[in-house]
Amino acid sequence: MITINSLMCKGCGYCIKFCPKHILEMGKERSEKGHFYPVQIDESACNGCAICALMCPEAAIEVAAKKA
Amino acid sequence: MPEYKRPKSLMPMATGYCPGCMHALATRLVADVIDELNQKDNAINVVSVGCSALNLYSWAGDVIGSAHGRAPAVATGIKRSMPDRLVFTYQGDGDLAAIGLAEIMSAANRGENFTVVFANNQTYGMTGGQMAPTTLIGQRTTTTRFGRDAATTGYPLQMCELISVLKAPVFVARYALNSPKGVMDAKKGIKKAFQMQLEGKGFTFVELLTNCPTNWGMSPLDTLEYMNTNTIPYFKPGIYKDEEADA
Repeated sequence: MITINSLMCKGCGYCIKFCPKHILEMGKERSEKGHFYPVQIDESACNGCAICALMCPEAAIEVAAKKA
Repeated sequence: MPEYKRPKSLMPMATGYCPGCMHALATRLVADVIDELNQKDNAINVVSVGCSALNLYSWAGDVIGSAHGRAPAVATGIKRSMPDRLVFTYQGDGDLAAIGLAEIMSAANRGENFTVVFANNQTYGMTGGQMAPTTLIGQRTTTTRFGRDAATTGYPLQMCELISVLKAPVFVARYALNSPKGVMDAKKGIKKAFQMQLEGKGFTFVELLTNCPTNWGMSPLDTLEYMNTNTIPYFKPGIYKDEEADA
């Protein structure tokens, strides 16, 4: 449901801190720009609240509406 | 269900700000609101000097750079010659509260019909973290190495309090961007300020408390806690003046 653009992400970690479901964590791989970036560990638990996108300074996270 | 798409008012590339910098968050919030109001082609972003000027590269609509601190004067000219456009300045605290103090107070006192978005991070970010007028007492910067001392440098300047006592401004508010609630409130405040401008009500001023992980010398996540314990008790968020609510 959420897509993280690794080219925009700078790895500040705000999305990880504020995710109410705690399903984001910092990935082990670096992006092309050299930053670590978050990955979603459990897509089924995401409720689409979009708080990760709200707190992302770089608008690197896009949230799609949940499919019924 | 909430959905979120990257605002069209931002260029399709990462900003020039440091990781975790809330200047980028503040810029994104303004872009979100401009997109929601469908004003992308009507808005003019006036920036002056400082980290706020990195908007020149990331803003996809009209943007104009002005001399240090003089954004309110340039915005006055633009708004008076093109009254139908949505004009706003995006300024930092060294720019607005130190060098541009005369311009902002004069523009607010004249009640010019534009919006000022003021990102307050309590330091001069671009030049290497020197003391700004808004630096907190005891805060260490490169020019106050043992913490700001009120005996020699005075007290942090509270711009919302200063501007709200003037007669002409119609909306003056301060928000902190270190929590989801603060960001949501800030978005509502920016939207309200832009709507009041489009209705021709007068001068609107929105202060956003931001951070500077690089010059505060902390990780982005530590700055959130620092803002809770130090910044917010001194710079109290809230709506300082709202002519619509008073009427």
